[in-house]
Amino acid sequence: MALFASLVVFLISNFVPGDPVLAQLGDILASDPVVVAQWRAKWGLDLPLWERYGIFLRGLLHGDLGQSIATRRPVLEDIVQFAPATVELATISFVMALALGIPLGIAAAIWRDSWIDALARVLSLVGVSAPTFWLAFIMLAIFYGWLGWAPGPGRLDPIAFPPEGPSGFFLFDTAWAGDWEGFADTLAHLILPAIVLAAATLGLITRTTRAAMLDCLQQDYVRVARAKGLRERVVILRHALRNALVPVVTLGGLAYANLLTGAVMTETIFAWPGLGRYTFRSAAALDFPAIMGITLVVSATYLLVNLLVDLSYAVLDPRVRR
Amino acid sequence: MRRRLRRYGLAWAGAAIVLAWLLVALLAPWISPYPPNAVDVTQRLLLPSAAHWLGTDILGRDVLSRLLHGARISLLAGFSVVLLGAGIGTAIGILAAWLRGWGEEALMRLTDLVLCFPPIILALALAAALGIGTTNTIIAMLVVWWPKYARLARSLALVQRSQEYVEAATVLGLPQKRILLRHILPNIFGPIAVLCTLDLGIAILTFAGLSFLGLGVVPPAAEWGSMVSEGRELVEQWWVATFPGLAILTVVIGFNFLGDGLRDWLDPKAQR
Amino acid sequence: MTAILDIRDLVTVFHTDRGPVRAVDGVSFTIARGETLGIVGESGSGKSVTAQSIMRLLEPPARIEAGQVLFEGRDVLAMSQSELADWRGASAAMVFQDSLTGLNPVLRILPQVSEHVVAHGRMAPPAARRHGIDLLRRMGVASPERAAAAFPHQFSGGMRQRVMLAIGMANEPSLLIADEPTTALDVTIQAQILDLMAGLNEKFGTAIMLISHDLGVIGSLCRRIAVMYAGEVVETGPTAEVLADPRHPYAWALAHAVPRLDTPVTARLPSIEGMPPDPLAMPRGCRFAPRCAHRIARCDAEHPPLTEIAPGRSVRCWVTMDGRQLPPPSLPAAAAPPRATEAEAPLLEASDLIKHFPLPRKSLFAKPELVHAVNGVSLQVARGESLGIVGESGCGTSTLARLITRLHAPNAGNIRFQGQDITALGGEALRALRPRLQMVFQDPFASLNPRMRVGQILAEPLRVHGHAAPEERVAALLDMVGLNPAWAARFPHEFSGGQRQRISIARALALDPALIVADEPVSALDVNVQAQVLNLMLELRARLGLAFLFIAHDLAVVRAFCDRVAVMYLGRFVEEAPAAELFATPAHPYTVALLSAVPEPGQRRIVLGGEPPSSLRLPQGCAFRARCPVARPICAEPPPLVEIAPGRRVLCHAPGSLQKPR
Repeated sequence: MALFASLVVFLISNFVPGDPVLAQLGDILASDPVVVAQWRAKWGLDLPLWERYGIFLRGLLHGDLGQSIATRRPVLEDIVQFAPATVELATISFVMALALGIPLGIAAAIWRDSWIDALARVLSLVGVSAPTFWLAFIMLAIFYGWLGWAPGPGRLDPIAFPPEGPSGFFLFDTAWAGDWEGFADTLAHLILPAIVLAAATLGLITRTTRAAMLDCLQQDYVRVARAKGLRERVVILRHALRNALVPVVTLGGLAYANLLTGAVMTETIFAWPGLGRYTFRSAAALDFPAIMGITLVVSATYLLVNLLVDLSYAVLDPRVRR
Repeated sequence: MRRRLRRYGLAWAGAAIVLAWLLVALLAPWISPYPPNAVDVTQRLLLPSAAHWLGTDILGRDVLSRLLHGARISLLAGFSVVLLGAGIGTAIGILAAWLRGWGEEALMRLTDLVLCFPPIILALALAAALGIGTTNTIIAMLVVWWPKYARLARSLALVQRSQEYVEAATVLGLPQKRILLRHILPNIFGPIAVLCTLDLGIAILTFAGLSFLGLGVVPPAAEWGSMVSEGRELVEQWWVATFPGLAILTVVIGFNFLGDGLRDWLDPKAQR
Repeated sequence: MTAILDIRDLVTVFHTDRGPVRAVDGVSFTIARGETLGIVGESGSGKSVTAQSIMRLLEPPARIEAGQVLFEGRDVLAMSQSELADWRGASAAMVFQDSLTGLNPVLRILPQVSEHVVAHGRMAPPAARRHGIDLLRRMGVASPERAAAAFPHQFSGGMRQRVMLAIGMANEPSLLIADEPTTALDVTIQAQILDLMAGLNEKFGTAIMLISHDLGVIGSLCRRIAVMYAGEVVETGPTAEVLADPRHPYAWALAHAVPRLDTPVTARLPSIEGMPPDPLAMPRGCRFAPRCAHRIARCDAEHPPLTEIAPGRSVRCWVTMDGRQLPPPSLPAAAAPPRATEAEAPLLEASDLIKHFPLPRKSLFAKPELVHAVNGVSLQVARGESLGIVGESGCGTSTLARLITRLHAPNAGNIRFQGQDITALGGEALRALRPRLQMVFQDPFASLNPRMRVGQILAEPLRVHGHAAPEERVAALLDMVGLNPAWAARFPHEFSGGQRQRISIARALALDPALIVADEPVSALDVNVQAQVLNLMLELRARLGLAFLFIAHDLAVVRAFCDRVAVMYLGRFVEEAPAAELFATPAHPYTVALLSAVPEPGQRRIVLGGEPPSSLRLPQGCAFRARCPVARPICAEPPPLVEIAPGRRVLCHAPGSLQKPR
């Protein structure tokens, strides 16, 4: 599948003739159905295209994704530079979403129609319904502009120097260097964007956990577990939850895609020097090589995440094991 | 009775919200107090007031008027992406379920291929490749939108095809086309309609997102996502970005309520 | 004997959208220590809800609103959650019908069998694990050590039900409630499980409350019986007495409406017409009165109490509460079936049919495995004749039905219908054949398109095949199957299962077929509805001179309907004979075992060990030899098809070597 993905990206970029010539972008509209047609003929592709693909692949192996028009630097260098900021933000958001969403979903299912169920439903509804970019703006307007509780946009105070460190993850790097002032600053800057980015994922996870849990609690094996005389806590944790987690994990891939999209919007508003803002800038400038490079890298990551999801799915559900 | 009202109350609320926005979109030119693109730099960034209920933006345009007109593009984009995507996807899915063998394999592999990309990023790349504009963005979204319908329609059709009533139709000597269109299609329509309703919210969100990134509409067209984008630096002048965002939020919530209600209504397990 | 369970005036109500439904309405009974009580009733009679009320397993919208459940003198309904947890699974255990959903799919077998031994503080985990494996062995699970580490989906239905029984018996409870434990199982596997339960009752003195819709199942295990109807107990007493001399008209109908192997074949089966009352609007008087043939004026006005008519026997009926008996059923004996003349060519003739299906490949390079569904079947059906095909699940009967109706194409073999070779027919030619060769399906809920009105369902084939005036024909068809022609405007979901099956039959009749293939047409129906539908089919068969290929797993149903019977095992006919002869003197050991496995009170069973072999790898030699009680070395060779009498063919090296137990 990864190979197919690179092929598609290759084909899309192949119809952007040679150098980024913006004037010719219109032609691609006409050739777009051809992309699909060409792919369908992929089993019998003629040699020259294979050769071109080979060259493209070789370039990929050497990390050559072409040159960005906007930054005049190799796309891969840009990506390597901006990735840590995004990974740091995304990881924190994802952990927040899971740590809050799963317990909330479980509680909402157990105490159905209670206040906690209502809370979970409102939270998840707003989470999945609110546009991320708008939520980011609102949070910034309230907590920075109006209340002044949170620091402004950016990863650090504008006058602070980025920490020297091995990873590019500021939390890690500041802690590594023992720079606790810098650590606190980093954390303060992380909180708002992390909450905004987590919102949609949180909504999705809460919703799925609640529905899966409700479904499992109605299953026969839960009745059997009760008939065995197990305590309700054991029935829920041991019998219902293990089964309810299966669809939640399947959701992981989707939740991750949410994070990627959300990052583009969140980083743009919070002036977060990550891949998301790079994507926004590249898209706004129609920096085609950069967009293609990002698509490829992000798709590869996405594929990897989905593969991990499939693997953990097999661990959780013996029925899909062979 | 109270239980029933409670179960479908939210669905009715959703329907009311959606209907209200549809009316706004339809009547925008008549109910807007100002033309949406009337620039007046002397009136820029005014607080909400009796003259400008939702204030004015950086070029002095009336936010309310732009917001009302914005409903047209958002709803139009949402409906065209979802309806066309669902139409194409369902057709491909049913075709795959009916063809079996080699044709099914080819169609579903194509579907899998598109699904293995993160949808928004692919749409972004395509929209960038196609160029700015509402139609181009809708086309880009369509490319990533149909596969989920193809998958759903195929799996639903496969389930229906193995049902005894379809076997009975075959034994009765009904033509294949008639079985497909008169028996299978009506029976998979429900879940697809539910997905469409829930999906409308997502499509509107996505289109607004792409507009926010500068891809959806050509300025100065009034569109909610690009309105938020224009106001994103204006933390002090919060009204410029807040109200279009609220508009998106309400419309998406409306479709969510409606879709959830529709699902409960169609799900026989929910009936007591 | 002291009562271990004493239920008094139990009332359980479901608060539905349409109003409260009293699913269990004033039920009282007792079970003595070590006793076996059977509860019988049709679906919706409240028998399962009673069981779940006893265990307090019900959830909203169901609520227990009145009554007492005394277990060894303690009121279960008054227990706190923690007392309840201590009691459940230790003193009283429950086994459910569906063992697939009853076992947790993501946990291994052993922890599911032993966790509550630890939870109730009976044993430490290591000892509990040994105990669990020991339990599995005692329940007859093959290679228990290996089974303990497996997951539920790796087992067959019979094995899973043994695991469920192991779970129930883990703490050696004094009461075991079993809710339809064998309903999903084949008859030979059902016999194994019933034997196992009888053994548990004898060896451990466990009292058993067995819930079933099948009087035979209850009769073969339980000494006492309670008959439920519309949420009430209508008759209780010793099983043998109630079966021999039922005093409640509903119990009477249950005892007689089910076709049995030991009663004479009649032209019609006794049945009760009508349906159970609407639970939202119960009749003021006796709840059975609207359907009762014996009712008197008092029945409509006053609700009868459960009255003791003899020591240990009670009945809820105004007619028989003074000790009167109900008359035995009197029905016309069956006329001799019209025989086709020898010279006439058979209507349907199939020879050496073979069908296998490839399973999805496990990997890209693996050879796809084949399911060998039908492995060489030859059959003939004469005009107006009814051939019954009997077999357990997975033996290929449904595939055979779909080969004959050409829903599937055979991999090898030949089918001729009315002299025409239809083996490879396709397209228009096949569609032109369809009207003469029709099918009735098993599931009355899946076989009618839910989005079409009944009138459309019946008119569509008529229109497509160019009949004039379909509306008149639709009305005539509905009338023919005993439905009101005005109901043509209704949708299928507005009908009960039995009525839907009538619509299915009407649809099959619409095009005037010569042959109807009926695949388990009554197995999804409640027993007395079965009798109604069978009667309709018998009547239509006689009136229209239809030929039937009648597939069923229920031997007694086949016996009531068919002229000739073929027994199928692993994709082949192992025995074929005129019905009367096959049931009187079965020749193949499998037929003998199958007949004796049918649960009927007082019958001695031959319990077959093991389960049918996988249809993925066909065994060499006789397919039945691994389970055959009289297998001998020669059975490793493929068995010959022996014609032991005219029209009697047996696929066996030693036909007749196993005798029916007397």
